[in-house]
Amino acid sequence: MLALSILAQAPPATPQTATGHGPLIFTPVAPELILVGVALILLLYDALEPQRPHLALALATLAGIAGAAAYSVYLWFWVQRPDSPSSVLQGMVAADRFTVFFRLVILGAAFIATLLGYLYLERAGEVRGEYYPLLLFATAGMTLITAANDLIMVFLALEILSLSLYLMTGFSLRRLASAEASMKYFLLGAFSSAFFLYGIAFAYGATGTTNLPAIAHKLSGQVGPLALALGATGLLTVGFAFKVAAVPFHMWTPDAYQGAPTSVTAFMSAGTKVAAFAAFLRVFDVALSPLVWDWKPFVWALAAITMVVGGVLAIAQTNIKRMLAYSSIAHAGFILVGVTAASRQGIEASMFYLAAYAAMIVGAFGVVMLVSVRGERNLNFSSYAGLARRDPFLAAVLAVFMLSLAGIPPTAGFIAKVSVFEAAVQAGHWPLVLIGVLTSVIAAFYYIRVIVLMYMQEYLPGQEETEGLGREPVGRIAVAIPALLTLLFGVFPGVLFGLLKAASVIRF
Amino acid sequence: MAESFYQSYGVVVALLIGGFGLVAVAFTAARLIAPRRQTAEKLMTYECGIDPVGEGWSQSQIRYYIYAFLFVIFDVESVFLFPWANIFVRLGYQAVVEMAIFVFVLALGLLYAYKKKVLQWV
Repeated sequence: MLALSILAQAPPATPQTATGHGPLIFTPVAPELILVGVALILLLYDALEPQRPHLALALATLAGIAGAAAYSVYLWFWVQRPDSPSSVLQGMVAADRFTVFFRLVILGAAFIATLLGYLYLERAGEVRGEYYPLLLFATAGMTLITAANDLIMVFLALEILSLSLYLMTGFSLRRLASAEASMKYFLLGAFSSAFFLYGIAFAYGATGTTNLPAIAHKLSGQVGPLALALGATGLLTVGFAFKVAAVPFHMWTPDAYQGAPTSVTAFMSAGTKVAAFAAFLRVFDVALSPLVWDWKPFVWALAAITMVVGGVLAIAQTNIKRMLAYSSIAHAGFILVGVTAASRQGIEASMFYLAAYAAMIVGAFGVVMLVSVRGERNLNFSSYAGLARRDPFLAAVLAVFMLSLAGIPPTAGFIAKVSVFEAAVQAGHWPLVLIGVLTSVIAAFYYIRVIVLMYMQEYLPGQEETEGLGREPVGRIAVAIPALLTLLFGVFPGVLFGLLKAASVIRF
Repeated sequence: MAESFYQSYGVVVALLIGGFGLVAVAFTAARLIAPRRQTAEKLMTYECGIDPVGEGWSQSQIRYYIYAFLFVIFDVESVFLFPWANIFVRLGYQAVVEMAIFVFVLALGLLYAYKKKVLQWV
């Protein structure tokens, strides 16, 4: 009877009968079903209706994302019901608030990216309908990976999001850089998938299962040599490090971020990192929790070099997209500091950091897109000289994002850094915190430089074209929302931490 | 406790150093000792014992790639269909519905490919 009452909540589009293996409950994957359903409809609409209006595609995409987000909010309460299972579909998908939190962050980023994407395609004159289904497929992969409770599911979701993103990176057919970025991203992504898959094989060899809680159970009872399990840990670390762009597996990031259309860069810099870190946290804090003493030093070292290399290399950049790409690498290092703490506090801090990071990076790339007028122009720092006079709104919004990326109060970036450092100190990793603070100081240089350029330097006319700097209201809304969130989380971090208290418990 | 725990990794480090050292010594020795007499035959690119034809860079017909792609999709579909056909009676009608959804989604892909005119031989 209990199972039936749960099934009554399932969306009507899915088969809902009990098999011999227990009831199939689709409720926890309903957001993905909505996203994929809308994507398939849009794919057909685009192919069958040559005269389809661009606006209709964008609005349908926004509706799909909003629907998935609304359902996720419902899931937030659904998973706390006493009769709801902790995992569904034979242990493949977890149903906890951890995934709901990440889903909402990813869907938010996807919403903003859709607004930006609409504007980008209109301006660049490259309106092709595939953009929206691809974006929805990628979003479905990202949200699914946050719920993946089995290594096979993690891999599947990782591939769904990666394959869509490879195509989106190469979306500008006219620019060779876009194709090159797509190729590099694809080759290195495929390479990292191989590492990840090999890690899954090792984990299966060590424990005889790919289910995350079952792996933890087997490992904690294990005595004797752990060679296979350690091999699995190493290979999975490499696979995840590629996806979150941690040094030394970051080589693809600057090229892919620079070459991709800026709206796609905004989407993937936020979405991929949040999704990959959600899976990272779940795999390492659930499945590999018995091996915490073994993976800690590796993740520690990874965090340290990622912060240093990402922070230092960003200084030398003259292209703002490349600078933000290196900054996104450095931020992966800061989030890894929270992961290294391997405690409830560490998970909470990393989750806060990811939410704050998603808001500020999507907004920062959004402003870059608005300033680059048509396609990929005005990407050098010189184009930002005197921006405050030409467009006070964009300059103010970008200043908020730069302050937040640098970690200066009263922005979300400050609270995020403080909370990961606090968690790391609690776990006894003070040398790591020292490195983090020092690299933050270095990083402040190139973030503040952009603000100085915008507010304290004169623009030299004729240097770069400036016609119509993102006057469209869509673009303004798309960057205003993340800016407001950045300030909100910075001034009232308790709002988010209150949610995190309930969301940082991984059910298994 | 942690100290002695990480000291047990000393063997791994020793093995790494030994491994790299062995390869380095072997290659250096070969370079120093082995005689080198180049001939045209020896410098030729090795292609399974057959004389190489043409240049290393050659253009291939990209249209084959789309056919190969579509073939792989439906090939994999049939890989899923065979085990399913073996047991769907035992799983009941929802197994039929699920497979119908799976095939339907792939059929949508084929319809898309047809509408985008990738099935025409150009």
